[in-house]
Amino acid sequence: MSSEQIRKLIALSAIWIALLLAPYWMVPLGGYTALATRVLVLGLAAMSVNFLLGFTGVLSFGHAAYFGLGAYGAGLTLKFLAPSTPLSLLAGMLLGGVCGAILGTLIVRRRGVYFAMVTIAFGQVFYYIAFRWNSLTGGDDGLRGFSRQPLDFGLFKIDILSSANNFYFFVLFCFALIVGIMGFILRSPFGRTMIAIRENERRARFLGIPVERHIWIAFTLSCFFMGFAGALYALVNNFADPRGLHYSQSGDFVIMAVMGGMRSFWGPLLGATVFVVLQDYLSSVTVNWMSFVGLLFVLVVLFFPRGLLGFLQRSKA
Amino acid sequence: MNVLEINNVTKRFGNLVAVSGVSLNVAKGELCAIIGPNGAGKTTFFNLISGFFPPTSGSIIFDGRDITRLATDQRVTLGMARTFQITEIFPELTVFENVRISAEVAGGYRLRPWISRAEAAQVHARVEETLKLVSLETKTDRLVGELAHGDQRAAEIAMALALKPHLLLLDEPTAGMGDQETYQITQLIRRLHRDSNYTIVLIEHDMRVVFHLADRICVLDQGRMLAQGTPQEIAANEKVQAAYLGNAA
Repeated sequence: MSSEQIRKLIALSAIWIALLLAPYWMVPLGGYTALATRVLVLGLAAMSVNFLLGFTGVLSFGHAAYFGLGAYGAGLTLKFLAPSTPLSLLAGMLLGGVCGAILGTLIVRRRGVYFAMVTIAFGQVFYYIAFRWNSLTGGDDGLRGFSRQPLDFGLFKIDILSSANNFYFFVLFCFALIVGIMGFILRSPFGRTMIAIRENERRARFLGIPVERHIWIAFTLSCFFMGFAGALYALVNNFADPRGLHYSQSGDFVIMAVMGGMRSFWGPLLGATVFVVLQDYLSSVTVNWMSFVGLLFVLVVLFFPRGLLGFLQRSKA
Repeated sequence: MNVLEINNVTKRFGNLVAVSGVSLNVAKGELCAIIGPNGAGKTTFFNLISGFFPPTSGSIIFDGRDITRLATDQRVTLGMARTFQITEIFPELTVFENVRISAEVAGGYRLRPWISRAEAAQVHARVEETLKLVSLETKTDRLVGELAHGDQRAAEIAMALALKPHLLLLDEPTAGMGDQETYQITQLIRRLHRDSNYTIVLIEHDMRVVFHLADRICVLDQGRMLAQGTPQEIAANEKVQAAYLGNAA
């Protein structure tokens, strides 16, 4: 193995060890386990956005819609269909993914700012549906009246509702699953065509890659991941909020991805960590916490255009 | 057998007729150079062949198949590869990664979320072989964006070659190059043509390159085919001398 590979392996182990032990080191540092769970879920969402933004090179500003759809899919399943946590996750992922696949066919014909505008427009459509359809979604108040269910393995059950640690490890397992799939795809021939499109769309086309179809596949995959993250988020809160579909939520995900470093696989997770921890800490001090996050974002973009992780990697090298 | 048959192709942009009733046949193994003064419609003609946009009228036959209305990526899949006047590469990837994308697409793996060890080894061998052909084998791990201009052009040609094309379209391969680099690229194209038997159509401004390489020269002027023939015939053609070579000399 080259020293480069060894360094990557060490970094990767460090990330997973830190995540595995988070409930034990976060509490002494003044955090709490549920905060770590939120970081994981929002980090997964930011990584899904970055699957498109950082690795295919197209900016979706409406990805919160698929996040929110995932949340409602999971919540409605638990409330009306079946008291099963795995089923609710599957339903949320499918709802987000299938809606993304259908709208994606219209969206991928656009590029750049037009792509972003169309994604916002479709995202807002879902926001208003969730906001107005009181009888099903609970409207402005959000969807309540469901809670995550124990994991039933037949022989034994695991309580993930009252044990914050158990729930954290369950979310970490889900996170690892999806992140593993993402990493696998990015290292595949298809993943390399995504990067080709990001690097130079014209060259990709003239290598025989049908660019629109490949962007559509990447978009759809990222909507499935997003739906899954949204479903997890509904389980975190036992609540689905229409604001989870709003374009300002999409903006938060983009901020996390860009702040953490959109060219790196793990950057968005770091961005989400900074974002969520700052939000948690500052919102207890001031209602204007977003100004400080915004200020930090501006500073990062100005001085570390490759994001926090990009900066860390550079200063190490 | 003709690899490429272009019949009476015209392209209009509004009132401007960029290419007007041009026909051209390219035989297998032939190297055909397109020359002409600036604004003669050479690049538009190239864009019509490679499918950048469809012609207003006329037809294009490639390997016996009508491709007039086919999209670019479909033409590439059928075996047509091109390079650009301004190098189009993946600057933030290494030389190896650039050519690997191309080799994987050629292998039919572009939609695959996995690749087997044996297939990856095949792709690897194909990439190395191609890089050797363009003399980039010592620079495989360098970022393409950091290479010298001439090496970037060679990398772009390698990407085209890794597609195993039946027809190679080169748009001004020596554009912006010094004498040394021009010489190297010219030798490369000569090797591809003579030794590897590629069918090549190229646009070129440098007359030394054109007369050194081409089996046949086509002269475009104001969107029309002014003349075509062997380098000797073109050099002796009075119309061509008046329109083009006369100005240059």
